[in-house]
Amino acid sequence: MLRTQSLQFSYQDSKNETLSFPDITIGPKQGLLILGPSGVGKTTLLHLLAGLLPAQSGDIFVANTHLNTLSRKQLDKFRGQHIGLIFQRSYFIKSLSLIENLSLRERISKTKNDRYRKEQLIMQLGLSDLQNKKVYELSEGQQQRLSIALGVIHKPKILLADEPTSNLDDVNCEKVISLLKKEAEICKSNLVIITHDQRVKSHFDNHIIL
Amino acid sequence: MLSISLATCILQIKNQLNQHLEINIKPFDMVIGAKGSPLQLVLSSVLHIDNPTGNILLKDALKISKNPMVKEVIPVSYGDNYKGYRILGTYDTYLKQYEAKLHEGKLFEKSFEVVLGSYAAQKLNLQLGSTLVSAHGLADNTLETHDEKPFTVVGILEPTGSVIDHLIITNLESIWEVHEHGDEKEHLEEHTEEHDDHEKHENEHDEEHDHHEQHEDEREITSLLVKFRNPLATLQLSRYINEQTSMQAALPKFEIERLMEFLGIGFQAINSIALIILIVAGLSIFINLIKTVRERKQELALLRTYGASSIQLLQLVFFEALFLSVFGFLLGWLLGRFGAWLLSFFTQDLYGYSFEFSLPDNRELLILFLVTLTTFLAAIIASLSIFKLNVSKTISNA
Repeated sequence: MLRTQSLQFSYQDSKNETLSFPDITIGPKQGLLILGPSGVGKTTLLHLLAGLLPAQSGDIFVANTHLNTLSRKQLDKFRGQHIGLIFQRSYFIKSLSLIENLSLRERISKTKNDRYRKEQLIMQLGLSDLQNKKVYELSEGQQQRLSIALGVIHKPKILLADEPTSNLDDVNCEKVISLLKKEAEICKSNLVIITHDQRVKSHFDNHIIL
Repeated sequence: MLSISLATCILQIKNQLNQHLEINIKPFDMVIGAKGSPLQLVLSSVLHIDNPTGNILLKDALKISKNPMVKEVIPVSYGDNYKGYRILGTYDTYLKQYEAKLHEGKLFEKSFEVVLGSYAAQKLNLQLGSTLVSAHGLADNTLETHDEKPFTVVGILEPTGSVIDHLIITNLESIWEVHEHGDEKEHLEEHTEEHDDHEKHENEHDEEHDHHEQHEDEREITSLLVKFRNPLATLQLSRYINEQTSMQAALPKFEIERLMEFLGIGFQAINSIALIILIVAGLSIFINLIKTVRERKQELALLRTYGASSIQLLQLVFFEALFLSVFGFLLGWLLGRFGAWLLSFFTQDLYGYSFEFSLPDNRELLILFLVTLTTFLAAIIASLSIFKLNVSKTISNA
């Protein structure tokens, strides 16, 4: 469940330019593709949805929670428990192993340490043999799959992915999209993908073009 | 870390040195000896590291003991060594002053019976019943030995941590008797340089004969250790001795304080170097923490997207700071102890000051406190940027 209403945002350093976003409404388990060329504020929208940026005006409801009314700390907590983020580039804690990154994610978001869930997840993503490797030892494809794992480990209500396919060839693009869809389905979460990549279009019924 | 080890090492050495000096000089309020440098007198007669100033007549010295303010006098006489360890002739009350207890055997009762300090016994590898032949002078030499009068070990003392551990102790008479021979031999050698062996032997016999008739009154001692009933007497009596007699009186406490003042400049210099290093170390910790926060901006931002609050990130940085300072202190402290321990090998052989391992004292804990404080200050400043961390920007502009 995700709903936005007359969302507006402007960066402090560009005073004149205010980004206005179309209203979004998606029901349970629905997916959404937000398409648009570079520089129209796709990532900004994603960060607004994740509560990483405060909206200037307008309302965001994620799973019936009004994000605008939450305090900074509540927002952190809410994000940790109910929002999964997958970034354009993979970010990890470099000094930790694959499995430790996942455990850390669980600990910080205060979701329970579920070994079965972790094993299941890395099996689905084909990372089982690599769980004790340090993240910098992984290939790019493996890193991307780990990003997905980190995005869904806590079974978020909404999974936000920022350009998950931009650096991938067609074959891998297909794989990643189907993985994302599969995981979202397992977690019963809304999958929101933001991209300029036209290849993804065919996989989603719901489109918004910025 | 290095600065901590340096600082604790210096502190440790200084403390141990002070402690040893304190133990060694504590039993005696005043030393009376021949005229000369008072510091030398104290160093030689109390700490046993310098050469004596000369001898004084026992009967002159004992006059002092008649003064009602004097609680106890202990004459000491020395001038010989065995393999570099000093042989000290004195009363058995000397041992009581240092609270020395016998580890085995008995105290000396007759002449030429000796009691060994624990360290000396161990180093010289002597047991009860062993005999040793003293050599003239205070430094190890095998040229002028008193072969004809060997000493027998009758007792070995328990370690006291004081100067006694390094001494070979006997009664006064033994020293006199050996010395008669020593003197005579020296005397002899001077006179007989041009003579042949035969004449030398004749000469020796004559002189030996003379010496046996030496009068009790001419007995000499090196110095007299004095303990007062009343500390007020110290100044009064020392002035009297210095002005009215041919002897001099030195106050160990005063002289050692003077010595520490000289040494103090050295210690101060090292201390200030350590302090400067400490400050530099603090700065580097500070810079490191800021660097860490900056370098790991992305990781910190990532943790925020995982739902960590700013406070949690702050805790992270503070834990790191705490870990750095405590771990650094521990390592540095251990290294400092190790350094002091290494140095103690030299001091043990040279001055008889052994090193004892001790837990951190108050001043070292103060260093720990200061280090932790510095690191925390650094952490506070470094963590200011955590509150300003723009997660969105950091994540999107990799």
